[in-house]
Amino acid sequence: MHSTAISLIELGAIFFGLGMLGRLAWRIGVSPIPLYLLGGLAFGTGGLLPVTGLGEFTSIAGEIGVILLLLLLGLEYSAAELVTGLRRSWMAGVVDLVLNAAPGAVAGLLLGWGPLGAFVMGGVTYISSSGIIAKVLGDLGRLGNRETPVVLSVLVFEDLAMAVYLPILTALLAGVGLMGGLSAVGIALLAVTVVLVVALRFGRYVSALVDNPDPEVFLLRVLGAALLVAGIASQLQVSAAVGAFLLGIAISGSTAENATRMLEPLRDLFAAIFFVVFGLNTDPRLIPPVLGVAAVLAVVTTLTKVATGWWAAGRQGIARMGRLRAGAALVARGEFSIVIAGLAVASGAVEEGLAPLATAYVLLMAILGPVAARVAEPMARKAMAVLRPQQAT
Amino acid sequence: MIWLAPVKARSAAVPLAPPSAVTLARVNVEVTPLPGIGTRQDFVTRSGRRIGVVTHRDGRFDLIVSGREDPDACAASIALTPEESGTLANLLGAPQLVAQLDKQHGGVGGIVTRQLPIITGSPFDGRPLGDTAMRTRTGVSVVAIVRANDVEPSPRPDFVLRGADVLIAVGTPEGVDAAADLLAKG
Repeated sequence: MHSTAISLIELGAIFFGLGMLGRLAWRIGVSPIPLYLLGGLAFGTGGLLPVTGLGEFTSIAGEIGVILLLLLLGLEYSAAELVTGLRRSWMAGVVDLVLNAAPGAVAGLLLGWGPLGAFVMGGVTYISSSGIIAKVLGDLGRLGNRETPVVLSVLVFEDLAMAVYLPILTALLAGVGLMGGLSAVGIALLAVTVVLVVALRFGRYVSALVDNPDPEVFLLRVLGAALLVAGIASQLQVSAAVGAFLLGIAISGSTAENATRMLEPLRDLFAAIFFVVFGLNTDPRLIPPVLGVAAVLAVVTTLTKVATGWWAAGRQGIARMGRLRAGAALVARGEFSIVIAGLAVASGAVEEGLAPLATAYVLLMAILGPVAARVAEPMARKAMAVLRPQQAT
Repeated sequence: MIWLAPVKARSAAVPLAPPSAVTLARVNVEVTPLPGIGTRQDFVTRSGRRIGVVTHRDGRFDLIVSGREDPDACAASIALTPEESGTLANLLGAPQLVAQLDKQHGGVGGIVTRQLPIITGSPFDGRPLGDTAMRTRTGVSVVAIVRANDVEPSPRPDFVLRGADVLIAVGTPEGVDAAADLLAKG
């Protein structure tokens, strides 16, 4: 009885603290994700106030957080949007993949973490945070800008890439070797294709399966279906998160909208727990040694994302300022980098330094991203104003 | 690539469902999908500004106007509630309708078409059109009522008026003035 009371108090204090942090974060215009991570670091082993006895609840809650993050990501885009997006923006998507996975992968190799570590770090630096970016674009009133569809189509491609990447990662982390990895690629591609076809042709039936006018029944059905699919996918070694993501894609239309509205608060809650858990399991004393690497990675991958956006927007005939805005908008990394690092750390198959490096990197990028999106254009204008008169003389 | 290339849609310049007799000038509206957010519908005005709306999936609208220096960016992006966007559509749509009707009546001497708004708090806010007895008292006919995005052509006397409705009235200049007075004062 006593331990339950302590757990409740600890959990309550953590949630309340996160609430304060979240409010502070949006006030100063940054994503709350880095603050949640910091919160986790503070309460974890080696932190300021180590909290114990929450292990079981928080770890399953963190799992659910990942599942909900990916489910809502899938719900965000309809299958038709994904397919048109893939068809029309695949070149920008490939440039994005190559430019942004490379720095992470190289860092992983240089740190001597082997091909697996390189694969994980490549994923961490590759994937932008669609949550942060959508929020920032909305806040800055840029949804009507000409470069915004370019930014969004790059994000769409990244999300599809995730659907292929995560199963491969799961297989590799399980230590299946090259052949196993290749078969995981095959299974992943097959699953994504099947789900896209099913969603395009029979999306209504999938939606009808979970749809219900009663909100309570609907919530239970969607959540139940997501956990079921995720569990089965996990059993089949395809990664629980991807199962949820594919379910999200298959649900479409008004059902998807209702599900998003209903699950958003749940996702925010469980995802916050996930970030805290990731922070809890990372020893903050290991961060200072990797801070330098994280900073270098942050600078390099900021530039590569800007280059990606610059190039992709240029292909659409957008002028210089718009190209810069597109690039800067893409800089933010966040939830999905942590999802990838979280999977890797949970498997125990990667080096000890990976979690602190990923934490430090995401801390930097989740703060830097919104700032970059905000200041890139004004700074460029100022720079031009300074340079112009000199050129004139 | 052409992800950006807009789906060209021929669409009315004004988001009204005009009575079939009234044809409105047509403008090319670009419809661009915004994955995960909704769609953007906009067109370039003769003065070179891009103007349109971002329609969010949950039904919210943003009115967007491009910048003067940078046509890629938005100088303004204004969130509108459904009521507000309806009101804006009225403001922009009713004069268009009036101009068209006026042109059609151009041949008939001494007849004008005018838009008469129902101000919120007008004595007729919430009462049927028949209560105004406009035809009897001023000789003016109400040929259409514009409300939000809809046009009610040839409204019947039992049509209940609401604040922000715009009446499209046809009559003599004096009659239409009297009708405006009547609507304001009762």
